[in-house]
Amino acid sequence: MAKIDIHVNILRYQPDSDEKPHWQEFAISVDDDSTILDVLNEIHWRHDGTLAYRRSCRSSICGSCAMKVNGRNVLACETPIHRFGRKLKIEPLSGFQIIKDLVVDLDPFFEKLRRIKPYLIVDNPLPDKEFVQTPEQLEQIGESTLCILCAACSAACPSSWPNSEYLGPAALLKAYRFVFDSRDDGADDRLEIVNDKNGVWRCHTIFNCMEACPKKIKITEYLSRLKLKVVENSL
Amino acid sequence: MKIEEARNHHQIDAVIVGAGLAGLRAALEVAKSGLTTAVITKVYPTRSHSGGAQGGIAAALANVSEDSLEAHMFDTIKGSDYLADQDVVERFVNEALKTVYEFEHMGVPFSRTKDGRINQRPFGGHSQPRACFAQDITGHVLLHTLYEQCLRHNVLFFNEFQVLSLQLKDDVCRGLVAWDIRAGGLHVFQAKAVLLATGGYGRAWKVTSNAHANTGDGVALVLEAGLPLEDMEFVQFHPTGLYKHGILLSEAARGEGAYIVNDAGERFMKTYAAAKMELAPRDVVSRAEQTEINEGRGIQGQDYVYLDLRHLGKEKILTRLPQIHDLALNYLKVDAITDPVPIQPTAHYSMGGIPANLNTEVIKNAAGQAVKGLYTAGEASCLSLHGANRLGTNSLQDAATFGRIAGSHMTDYCRRSAFADLPAKPLESAQAKIDRLFAGGKERHAAIREELQVNMTRNMGVFRNQDDMLKMLAVVKELQDRYRQVGVDDKGRAFNLDLIEALELENLLSFSEVIVEGALARKESRGAHFRSDFPRRDDGNWLKHTLAWRRDGKIVMDYSKAVVIYPQYQPQERKY
Repeated sequence: MAKIDIHVNILRYQPDSDEKPHWQEFAISVDDDSTILDVLNEIHWRHDGTLAYRRSCRSSICGSCAMKVNGRNVLACETPIHRFGRKLKIEPLSGFQIIKDLVVDLDPFFEKLRRIKPYLIVDNPLPDKEFVQTPEQLEQIGESTLCILCAACSAACPSSWPNSEYLGPAALLKAYRFVFDSRDDGADDRLEIVNDKNGVWRCHTIFNCMEACPKKIKITEYLSRLKLKVVENSL
Repeated sequence: MKIEEARNHHQIDAVIVGAGLAGLRAALEVAKSGLTTAVITKVYPTRSHSGGAQGGIAAALANVSEDSLEAHMFDTIKGSDYLADQDVVERFVNEALKTVYEFEHMGVPFSRTKDGRINQRPFGGHSQPRACFAQDITGHVLLHTLYEQCLRHNVLFFNEFQVLSLQLKDDVCRGLVAWDIRAGGLHVFQAKAVLLATGGYGRAWKVTSNAHANTGDGVALVLEAGLPLEDMEFVQFHPTGLYKHGILLSEAARGEGAYIVNDAGERFMKTYAAAKMELAPRDVVSRAEQTEINEGRGIQGQDYVYLDLRHLGKEKILTRLPQIHDLALNYLKVDAITDPVPIQPTAHYSMGGIPANLNTEVIKNAAGQAVKGLYTAGEASCLSLHGANRLGTNSLQDAATFGRIAGSHMTDYCRRSAFADLPAKPLESAQAKIDRLFAGGKERHAAIREELQVNMTRNMGVFRNQDDMLKMLAVVKELQDRYRQVGVDDKGRAFNLDLIEALELENLLSFSEVIVEGALARKESRGAHFRSDFPRRDDGNWLKHTLAWRRDGKIVMDYSKAVVIYPQYQPQERKY
């Protein structure tokens, strides 16, 4: 471990004083094994306390610190600076309103989740113990349950940018997660909800969401399976 | 009343602080009854640190082995080094199965046995494979599932709000005051029942598995309100923290068969716990690890040992422990399939917290008198289920089960109670905290926090002694003095992270003093509290819980006897 000098450009926006976002450069010295989050903490704790950003678990599971670094959506906490060299360009996720600096308004993102009825719907009486679900049945949804709702996918989705009504990859992935759960009886409802011009058909298989996903979930593939299910269901 | 004041004044039946497993489970229970229910959380709910729990949730389902409630009870009591209250443990194991089946019915994607039942794996200190798991992301899927259920049942969420004061008068809780982090500004929440489910206090240490948010806010609020804290000296150090980062690598790794080895490549647990080896409880394994390090047998003489997964093979690692594999790769550039992973003990779990009775009502003294309308559950609470040391996978079960119990009692209480009047000038103390930091002096919160954390890791770790603890006490008091001169750079209202961190620091400094005082007073070694100068457990004098108040600027203590009910669970020598 050694110290290195880096240049960090951050897109700043202070709602109390700025009319619009602007870039600010920080020249700082950090450990060479630092993460992007370490860099932000260093700036915030020792150089400029007014810098605002979100972070919590710093172990890639809470989804707070998704942001754009040198053009890529990443989780700041798990991303080492050596991936980008000595010049960093850090900005908030695209497609969301900036509240302050790197903090964006994620309420619309979470509101979209509600629209797809994101909970197991069971028509029949519940069993005394657990539902029987085979490992093969679980396999259908296993990877999709890794989603941490960090919004990196939605922020990378060109179909989401011009259309705030589009459900977007995260909510659609959640729809997939329940439609393909062997225990769920709510598929008809949900398939009707996503069978809409602002639903699954707005996905143009651009694959940006998959590339942006820090959990490497094959989102586009699952959305394609959801499309197929919509078609099957309407036949 | 001015318009802004009206907008910022809420009247809600049940207000729950914290959106982790305990908070959300309680919220769900109250909301299902039709009462108005709000969750106040300083992060978006799915960001809560319950999501960081990896390995499983304990329940004696007996899906993969013979198991029983009695065995779960005995393991928990022995794991607690006999300090756990046995009535609480009994309630816990009796409710545990229901809690897991409920979760499954809500849609939790538990890993399965071949015949489609919930799969279970071994865990430290449990005599049977009792950990129901979803790969190594159990807390994550439980948290998200509960959040989804809360959306379904129309729980109101106040996301990104920081609670600054409890509104208590005449032993009745009447609500609280919180700062809206996003927009800035104080809000008054008048409530019939308040639940504190604010999680643990591991952020007082430098090396910790805890999230930035785990600053023990609820614990500090209770202390500030003139109420006691319980057993704060008992803090669990998890043996497999990722070296330097402190990030959790789940005990599930050892549950699946991983080894811990020293510089000579020896599985040194054979010296310390020959029967259970790596699956001894965490306090035992952390002490063994620290002893190896202290005696020069760390890797290349340094302050870490290895967690070795290689013999498990690529397939098992990637299917059962994918998160652990990713964490080691991302943070240390170590591929656990081909190389051993550097680990060290990391501050992990707070056994102590806000004292409460079996109904999760907060109590105000050793006689067990309750404060009306104030409840606590999860890691913030101390019932005491975990005594001096918690077993792995008992925490998710604790949070969910006592979250539900809290929700149920809050519902009953709300139905038979009217809104109590708020005390005069409810905003005053919260406003004073904010004003002082905005007016502020030259001290920086970041510098003070760093000093606190470094010293807590140095002096209040796996091994403690009087000299180190007295040093620590002096450090805390000096830092508390300096805190009075803290000012923030950021004078804005919207999303003022600077302000929030400064407020959190006040909490860290406040309860850290209680931890040190409690540990200094407890002249014995029990569970996670180990004193080199008093290395034995002393049941004659110390089979009791610490209660600590801040009165006139000083910490004063009283004690209540541990609840020991059953002859088969009497304290005995604890060997693994």
